[in-house]
Amino acid sequence: MFLINCPYCGERDQQEFKAGGEAHIERPKQPTELSDDEWAEYLFMRKNIKGVQFERWNHAHGCRKWFNMVRDTSNDEIKAIYKMGEKPPAQ
Amino acid sequence: MTKNLRVKSSEYIDETNRISFKFNGKTYHGYKGDTLASALLANNVHLVGRSFKYHRPRGIMTSGSEEPNGIVQINPGTNRTEPNVRATEVEIYDGLEASSQNCWPSVEFDIGGINNFLSPFFPAGFYYKTFMWPASFWEKYEFFIRHSAGLGKSPTSSDPDIYDHRNVHCDVLVVGAGISGILAAKNAAKNNFKTLLVDEKNELGGSTIYENNEFNKIDNKTPSEWLKKEIEELKGIKNLEIKTRTSVAAYHQYNYLLARENLTDHLEGKDKTNKIRQRLLKIRAKKVILATGAIERPLIFNNNDRPGIMLSSAIKKYSEFYGVACGSKNVFFTNNDSAYESALSLYNKGINVEAIVDIREQSESKIVKKVKEAGIKVYWSHTIVDTTGYKRLNSVSIMKLSNDGTSVTGSKISISCDCLGVAGGWTPAVHLYTQSGSKLKFDEEKQIFLPNQNTSEQISVGSCGGDFKIDEIIKNLNEKLKDNLNINETDLDNIKVEIDEENSKRNIWLLPSDKPLGKTKPFVDYQNDATAKDIKLALREGFRSIEHVKRYTTTGMGTDQGKLGNMHALGIIADTAGVKMGELGTTTFRPPYTPLTFGTIVGRNVGKFFDIFRRTPMNDWHVENKAEFENVGQWKRAWYYPINGETMHQAVQRESKAARESAGILDASTLGKIDIQGSDASEFLNRVYTNAWSKLAIGKCRYGLMLNEDGMVYDDGVTTRLGENHYIMTTTTGGAANVLGKLEDYLQTEWPELDVYLTSVTDHYATASLCGPNSKKILKKIIPDLDLSDENFPHMSFKESKIGNIQCRIMRISFTGEHSYEINVQASYGKDLWEKCMEAGKEFNITPYGTETMHLLRAEKGFIIVGQDTDGTMTPIDLQMDWIVSKKKYDFIGKRSLYRSDTMREDRKQLVGLLTDDPNVVLEEGAQIVSELNQSPVEMLGHVTSSYFSPNLKKSIALAVVRGGKDMMGKKLFVPMENKNINVTVANPVFYDEKNERLNA
Repeated sequence: MFLINCPYCGERDQQEFKAGGEAHIERPKQPTELSDDEWAEYLFMRKNIKGVQFERWNHAHGCRKWFNMVRDTSNDEIKAIYKMGEKPPAQ
Repeated sequence: MTKNLRVKSSEYIDETNRISFKFNGKTYHGYKGDTLASALLANNVHLVGRSFKYHRPRGIMTSGSEEPNGIVQINPGTNRTEPNVRATEVEIYDGLEASSQNCWPSVEFDIGGINNFLSPFFPAGFYYKTFMWPASFWEKYEFFIRHSAGLGKSPTSSDPDIYDHRNVHCDVLVVGAGISGILAAKNAAKNNFKTLLVDEKNELGGSTIYENNEFNKIDNKTPSEWLKKEIEELKGIKNLEIKTRTSVAAYHQYNYLLARENLTDHLEGKDKTNKIRQRLLKIRAKKVILATGAIERPLIFNNNDRPGIMLSSAIKKYSEFYGVACGSKNVFFTNNDSAYESALSLYNKGINVEAIVDIREQSESKIVKKVKEAGIKVYWSHTIVDTTGYKRLNSVSIMKLSNDGTSVTGSKISISCDCLGVAGGWTPAVHLYTQSGSKLKFDEEKQIFLPNQNTSEQISVGSCGGDFKIDEIIKNLNEKLKDNLNINETDLDNIKVEIDEENSKRNIWLLPSDKPLGKTKPFVDYQNDATAKDIKLALREGFRSIEHVKRYTTTGMGTDQGKLGNMHALGIIADTAGVKMGELGTTTFRPPYTPLTFGTIVGRNVGKFFDIFRRTPMNDWHVENKAEFENVGQWKRAWYYPINGETMHQAVQRESKAARESAGILDASTLGKIDIQGSDASEFLNRVYTNAWSKLAIGKCRYGLMLNEDGMVYDDGVTTRLGENHYIMTTTTGGAANVLGKLEDYLQTEWPELDVYLTSVTDHYATASLCGPNSKKILKKIIPDLDLSDENFPHMSFKESKIGNIQCRIMRISFTGEHSYEINVQASYGKDLWEKCMEAGKEFNITPYGTETMHLLRAEKGFIIVGQDTDGTMTPIDLQMDWIVSKKKYDFIGKRSLYRSDTMREDRKQLVGLLTDDPNVVLEEGAQIVSELNQSPVEMLGHVTSSYFSPNLKKSIALAVVRGGKDMMGKKLFVPMENKNINVTVANPVFYDEKNERLNA
């Protein structure tokens, strides 16, 4: 059970949060210009890394804010947490 | 045969407080402070149960939570009964009843005991190999297997007790209150760490508290005396909380631990009521100090499971702590010095010790010399090759061990005895340590797995960290505490320790017998009856992974999780396969460490607290008027209102007719309502809905469809423009929370530049939906001042008004196709609004209708319900709702996906109407649709999504999704049912008032 340091509320139990999949996948600004394959790449393709992964999390039962997390999926160590729009930390 | 085996008064046993309890129907006596195990042993009862597979008689083996055999049913036949409870952990009280498990008709005479003599036919994997064929027989086999399997019986009536959960936060959590735990907790608390010390037992002190070996001294006192003084000092320390009878069940990541605190199990029945029985502590600790101790290993030899064969350390505890002699003719069997301590403890109390059988060649420690001086016979380099006694041990046979330890030589000596203490060394209790994700390494010299790489702020101290002698324990504990707590000095700096050096050890995982292995029964897992033979068989059959061997042989899979025998299983595998223990690894220790009750796990979340439910402000009215309710998400919604014993069908037909002929009223308070404000609110709606919003005039309403990015319909509802930058969006009842979550996601992560604020106001408003040709007249009666003309208040528009002095928002919108109004007031006025409508509508026979009638009326109009007519695979085009998809807008959520090759396929499933050829036959929702009846296999074209008998059309109507249905208008299809085929015709999904004339009627 993670202890997650919400950038707005501080440390809270994992129960209050919802995972939101891979981070830093930007919605294309001009979807109509994309081929089916390019759009499918955005829509469906996600990494599933064993190791360090960048993820989106939402403090769903708290401030409802979305933020990013760097997590090692092999041992669940949370390496970093940063707000939406902030640059990911260098690895 | 009862005789009293109390040997000495113990300070932990209150002999003035005599307690009577029943075991297998017979009354016995013990004293306050006894466990069920110690009280039974004091009454010379060893036989307590039968083993799982062979039904062999089994007795108490240990004195703690690692007990594999002494498991009993507590208070059988009552609503407080509990199966598989370790007799070694039950504190006795007046009126306690317990019984043996897994035996019939009794533990003394058990029919299943026949399995023991058939055991050559039940090797490892017997069930897998035998009941495989013919496959169709499995159900028959299963009946018998299930019948004979399982240990105790679960209660059949509801649990009368209360359970609780509590969150606990501390700087330092110390698990285990033996000498290491007590010293660690004391020093942590003294250094201003908020400290919690927990122990599964009811007394502090672990095994040191009865450690009276005269050759071990701490500050010139025996360890027992010295520790009692330390425990006394704990009482005055601030920052320290101590919880006994508290067993840590699980150690999760981020130092999150679950512990069960037992509050009433040791109390008499009358003292249990209205109290919390067990409490689950959810502990977040900054640092964890594991001081969980070590578990003594048995030795694995032929017939090592008879009642009377116990761990040597348990015999010592029963004699020193409980004042109970486990036997009158005792023998010890050992590979180290600790059995000599036990032997001496018995000797000092005048209990007869016949002999010590030691597999080592010699030992020169002081305690061994003392035992020899006492005249106790020691057989060096000997091993036990067999034991006798079916329901109680009566002799052991010993022989000389060969130098390499793999065979026996010489002649057999038989020693008569009624109790055998086995001492095979110590296994650190690293269960919690590994649960935390930390890694072990194997210590070849000590032959134990030790903590190696920690994943969180934690240390393992004392014997769970591999330190067994008091001098090592104190020295290493001191260093670890200073390092981990970052402190410079401790109480331990100046302690003087003298110890008796142990100078010889010999470890043999499987001891040889004079008989071949195949003719012996050396048990490794006592509870599951797995023997060394089974493990070797698994290896011969090709299993290599320790995890596979475990599952195939069931070694370590009982309720005790193999706390005693797992190491031997590993050792035997390593020796047989010729690999090193370290390379083999261990099986995974899973939570809970000891079993938890379901009550502890669920806590207060039972009965009406099992799940949250939500009620509308008009709920009381619905209840008073005998509505039936249905669950929609967490809401309790009025389903229909039967009158005079109507069936659901009759009620719904009546309500549906009334709503179209005169007036109906629906409680629509559960619809999700999201208040949207901000200068970019219109732009935001443009991006999330498929249709255009910029030009919607203030005071107007519009229906919107929301897609997922994959183009599939996600939610729908009417949104009203209240002001230039102010909208109120309605969502489906079940989708409200998800829609808000999705909108927030886009707003925060994709479009942070938009000035938009979302607030859920679902609970702030109560909504009554007034519908039917007389709805206008009724509203007029309630609000005479409001101009309800079509010019002033047309369909799809909004007015703010007052009913008396209650502010209200009225939308003229319709989900039934009738002229209708949705009236919203502050939630607390909801019931008042409803009653006013009912009163004003009386002369028009206003009829309250529930969700079922609402569904029927909208189906007559072909309006979809998201989640009923759609299932996450339907695009707006599939729903024949092309009209709502803006061609002009550059982008909205899901737009690009509507032009993917797959979403543009002509043969997708599309929403159509279905009419049955026989208008009285109502289709079943979910029924499959085909075009051919004589084909096999037949292609499924789709299924029925909504189906009703329409009282207004006087015929059956249905909505369905059908492959390529758009182009099938008028085509004959079939709905094959179990007993008949129903002929249907594809139709327009709008069955009623196709021209929408009634909206303005």
